[in-house]
Amino acid sequence: MHLLVLNVLREKMMKTMMMMVMMAMMMGVAMGDIVDKTCKQTPDYSLCLSLLRSDPRSSSADTVGLGLILVDKIKALGTETLGQINMAYKTKPMLKKPLDECNLRYKTIVDVDVHTAIIAIKGNPKFAEGAIVDAGVEASVCEGGFPKGQSPITGLTQKMNEICDVTRAIVRMLL
Amino acid sequence: MASSDALLPISAREEDPLVSDGSRSDPNAETHRRKRPVKGLLAVSFGLLFIAFYVVLIATHHGSSRSNDVKIESDETATTTSRARLAGVSEKSNDQLWKLSGERNTVSFAWNNSVLSWQRTAFHFQPEQNWMNDPNGPLFYKGWYHFFYQYNPNAAVWGDIVWGHAVSKDLIHWVHLPIAMVADQWYDANGVWTGSATFLDDGSLVMLYTGSTDKSVQVQNLAYPEDLNDPLLLKWVKYSGNPVLVPPPGILPKDFRDPTTAWKTSDGKWRITIGSKINKTGISLVYDTIDFKTYEKHDTLLHKVPNTGMWECVDFYPVSKTAVNGLDTSVNGPNVKHIVKASMDDTRFDHYAVGTYFDSNGTWIPDDPTIDVGMSASLRYDYGKFYASKTFYDQNKGRRILWSWIGESDSEAADVQKGWSSLQGIPRTVVLDTKTGKNLIQWPVEEIKSLRLSSKQFDMEVGPGSVVPVDVDSAAQLDIEAEFEIKKESLDKILGDSSVVAEAEEFSCQKSGGASVRGALGPFGFSVLADKSLSEQTPVYFYLAKGKDSKLKTFFCTDTSRSTFANDVVKPIYGSAVPVLKGEKLTMRILVDHSIVEGFAQGGRTCITSRVYPTKAIYGAAKLFVFNNAIDATVTASFKVWQMNSAFIHPYSEEAVRALSST
Repeated sequence: MHLLVLNVLREKMMKTMMMMVMMAMMMGVAMGDIVDKTCKQTPDYSLCLSLLRSDPRSSSADTVGLGLILVDKIKALGTETLGQINMAYKTKPMLKKPLDECNLRYKTIVDVDVHTAIIAIKGNPKFAEGAIVDAGVEASVCEGGFPKGQSPITGLTQKMNEICDVTRAIVRMLL
Repeated sequence: MASSDALLPISAREEDPLVSDGSRSDPNAETHRRKRPVKGLLAVSFGLLFIAFYVVLIATHHGSSRSNDVKIESDETATTTSRARLAGVSEKSNDQLWKLSGERNTVSFAWNNSVLSWQRTAFHFQPEQNWMNDPNGPLFYKGWYHFFYQYNPNAAVWGDIVWGHAVSKDLIHWVHLPIAMVADQWYDANGVWTGSATFLDDGSLVMLYTGSTDKSVQVQNLAYPEDLNDPLLLKWVKYSGNPVLVPPPGILPKDFRDPTTAWKTSDGKWRITIGSKINKTGISLVYDTIDFKTYEKHDTLLHKVPNTGMWECVDFYPVSKTAVNGLDTSVNGPNVKHIVKASMDDTRFDHYAVGTYFDSNGTWIPDDPTIDVGMSASLRYDYGKFYASKTFYDQNKGRRILWSWIGESDSEAADVQKGWSSLQGIPRTVVLDTKTGKNLIQWPVEEIKSLRLSSKQFDMEVGPGSVVPVDVDSAAQLDIEAEFEIKKESLDKILGDSSVVAEAEEFSCQKSGGASVRGALGPFGFSVLADKSLSEQTPVYFYLAKGKDSKLKTFFCTDTSRSTFANDVVKPIYGSAVPVLKGEKLTMRILVDHSIVEGFAQGGRTCITSRVYPTKAIYGAAKLFVFNNAIDATVTASFKVWQMNSAFIHPYSEEAVRALSST
């Protein structure tokens, strides 16, 4: 008797498990879809995916939400770069002038462009597009200030431009 | 359940293959064996789940999988490649506006206050500081021209938008007034956005404007002057029943903004139109009202054009087919055409088309559907930096006047450092070109002539490949009117020479490479804001291209690519073809005012506004040149250059108002 009940229970659990698996699979398809569809329309699909998937909010975000996640990434990268710039004052004091310019430019990215992008994405996205494009410009201009090969932040500049390109593409979907 | 064991990763198996003696016999073996199937089932489910995820991922990913490796070299190609990739993002994105100049400057230019403060204009409308964008509710009332505008009182970037306000007697000399409307209601908490004024039959006026609500929904609101006896219209009241319009079914909450001035229908109702979009089709919705408080929405649209995206700042107005005066917005009749204009959100271009309005059902059709509103070939008020424009009927002088937001082309860092951003163009009269019947003609308002100080007249022949300095004292505030003619001998020779290739069909200012590229019949014109050595310069010029049928096609361009050494500035080459009718000389007018240059060809048939930020060609070092870069043709130039006074735009004070009142 004991074994029969256990067997029935086991079968019931199997069925429930199967259903859960099927539902999870369907959810997986749906969840992956918005992020996937969005990233396909950007110039760097895999970068877009890795940026968005690294943030748990992406699974339930709309296009505005995805844009805001990326603006957060721009802010984080900008802040990290400011840190690198600060360190470079000590390790490469002869680069003070271009470092000063970069300080100004990255402060613009983190304090001005990010702020404008956040409020504009929610209401009037073309101004967010302008701010994001500007972030890329500020990063490039900062990089261009160093004598060739002497920039301590080249990789970060490249990353900023790539993230801005992807973010801009997503913001343009809101126009 | 034995098969499920096979799916388990080896570490999960409880049997240790190395130990085969009985010491492993487990008193709990029975329970373990019974637990394993359940554990097995769980493991199977998770395994399947992961597989499902990967399958979904792989099956739907057929885009290019770009390597995530960060490129280490820092050189010009890295930045220009990333800029070039933007071109593939959206066919409508106007990357021209945002690409950094291709030339790599060896030295990064750091803005300093002297160079930045030179950029402020002397006679263009701008607030004392901070950010401005769209013109709002322009009108003439009790002797004053009123101008309202999107304004950020807190920063030199967009945000915290309220309605700035200023008044003038002549559209040129302004006094700034206190802010007219702030974001103090739930229905405009996130922005008091663009709107238009309508005069009622009794001479009073109402304002309809878009509010971005506390939930960022776009709604239309009604406001009116608190005191109609105050000619300065300082205070405004918002209707207690706002909003009067919310996004209708089928229209998204963020695609419903910028209501127009209302016009009277033959029924005696008021009618307005509001731009929007459905998917990628730009549309304009139509509403009728009697009291501006309740509205009937039409089922039909005023007009729509596929693939043009969101229509912002729609404008709709009549123009006379025969006369040169402006018309009140409600005028209709057989001698009238109607203009539909929209600002394209996707491209930041203002487009318009000439057409016919049907009052019975509130619809409009273009005269030429191949250049319908928003299509890439459709007409633009201005081929440079010029957006969110709005007209109003000036009942004072019987004119229709056009305002437009002229944004910056520099970086936000520079804007923040200099403390301001954006200008308005010089107000222009707008009429239908009665000679062609197909386009509008715009011209700076007559009142700007009151700023003209001393002038000099020049008449000269400019040979091929020459650049001639024009001896005027200072060159940052100028009004230039010029006439050019290619010498008949040159023209005949070139038109008759079959070896001169026909290029009119392919030529465009944007792709031409600029004023330094020499052709048979151009470029020739003026180089403004140039330093002595022409290391910085902004050419404004004509380029005549030979067509296949040996006819000539004339282009009017402004080349900002060498306007500055600064590398955080956008430096496009702007321009378009301009109709030149038989017997017409080539005429050009240029207004130079520090960081803005406005060019008008053939009396205003083609206009170009540009923003320039020279680092050397400033203050006393700014010069003017006339040039002819054609290979063979000689050009005669006859022109007058005026020094322009400042408009002395004042902050608000009783004295300032009194001073303006007495003029």
